[in-house]
Amino acid sequence: MQIANLHKVFDNDVVAIENLSLEINPGEFVAILGPSGCGKSTLLRIIAGLEKPTGGTVQIGQGKIAYVFQDSHLLPWRNVLRNAALPLELAGVDRADRIAAAREALSQVGLADAVQRYPAQLSGGMKMRVSMARAMVTHPDFLLLDEPFAALDEINRQKLDEQLRKLWLLHRMTVIFVTHSTAEATFLADRAVVLSARPARIVADLLIDLPADRPAAIRSTPAFAAITQKIYDALERGGA
Amino acid sequence: MKRTRSFFAVIWPPVLVLIAAIITLHIWASALDEPFLLPTPRAIVRIAINRRHDLLSALGTTTEAALIGFFCSAGGGIAAGMALSASSLVRRAFYPYTVFFQTVPIIAVAPLLMIWCGPGLPAVALCAFIVSVFPVIAGTLTGLLSTDPALEDLFRLYGASRWAKMWKLRLPSALPSIFTGLRVAAGLAVIGTVVGEFLVGVYGPNEGLGVRIVSAKKQGRTDEVFAAVLVASLLGLAMFAIINLAAKLLLGRWHASEQDH
Repeated sequence: MQIANLHKVFDNDVVAIENLSLEINPGEFVAILGPSGCGKSTLLRIIAGLEKPTGGTVQIGQGKIAYVFQDSHLLPWRNVLRNAALPLELAGVDRADRIAAAREALSQVGLADAVQRYPAQLSGGMKMRVSMARAMVTHPDFLLLDEPFAALDEINRQKLDEQLRKLWLLHRMTVIFVTHSTAEATFLADRAVVLSARPARIVADLLIDLPADRPAAIRSTPAFAAITQKIYDALERGGA
Repeated sequence: MKRTRSFFAVIWPPVLVLIAAIITLHIWASALDEPFLLPTPRAIVRIAINRRHDLLSALGTTTEAALIGFFCSAGGGIAAGMALSASSLVRRAFYPYTVFFQTVPIIAVAPLLMIWCGPGLPAVALCAFIVSVFPVIAGTLTGLLSTDPALEDLFRLYGASRWAKMWKLRLPSALPSIFTGLRVAAGLAVIGTVVGEFLVGVYGPNEGLGVRIVSAKKQGRTDEVFAAVLVASLLGLAMFAIINLAAKLLLGRWHASEQDH
């Protein structure tokens, strides 16, 4: 994926992104960090094609895109299974196939037993899992996540991070994960791109040199702490 | 999630109010002793029972007109709301004129209805429609325009057609708001029918409650006026209850707004 000289100016003349270039390799897990309101979400929306850039280009070639929002945003009138099957339904996949795919995606996030429940009957963490299953159901080539677990408590957040990392190891799609948690970025990603305060420019592009398979306990190792600190320093340089 | 209250717990406060109102009315009417001004509850019930055949036949006529008016409001209002939600240009062009339904005094257009339809069911049902359609349009429009923008994005991302967006996203998420409009419209349709019957109803064997009220008043039968008003109120209440039940059945499982009604 090639992002070249990206500019974004909003209607109210606020410059959100200024001359940003970034190359992301297929199958890479990239975390994007930056201070609140710096344009991270805007960048993600432009990559997804939900917003048009003012200048510059985003080339992603062929591939399916999936997007996970800050909240789960499920359809409350559909049960878990039919929520997860929605993207395939919109793509015209027939019923039996999309239900089978939704069941598989749900079992990969540990919700095989909750398929008949309705969103109102789920906890926040479970809703977010359904949202992830819905994103994964199409087997996307690009998975874009916009601070997906920010509203969850610490324990649920860490569990979902672990789940996401496992999903990535299984499917190896390209992941772009927007967050403002340095520890979350370190745990999840193989590369951390740190943006400055608005207008967003790249302050640092750091390699996260940890083993591919990351147990929960990796969070208390010195290597983990050192990388988290490096990301933190970069954020501070960027004016967070 | 809230525990559902038992039937008894739901029913006793309004029943208590009703009993208190009946007792007050009884004491007041007995003390006044002017049946023409204020009949006692007992006299109202007595006349309602004596004239039950007339009242039931009038109720049938009124119910028919009210239901036709209500269903036209429901169908027309939802369709109009959907059309208005299509684009902001359409909305700006047409929405001000839908407010007409909200503000037009029905008594002022009654002569026109009389000229166009003649007296009788079509004109009365049209009154019910005019009086009750606006809340449905407004409810539908509000509901359709307040769809979760993230879900709109999601549908766009997966290349959903306009059709799929409407049927799988906007309309279902607008349902609670549409039902709010329908609930208001149900009561208004009955009011519109009774008023319509005052203005453009037909007298005779098939006369509705509104006509009965007018003729009972002319005869000085205040007790019969009360009885007819009571029956009309019960009709409004019944329609409201049916809409509520439909809303519960359709939305009960997922809409927070339906979990505590």
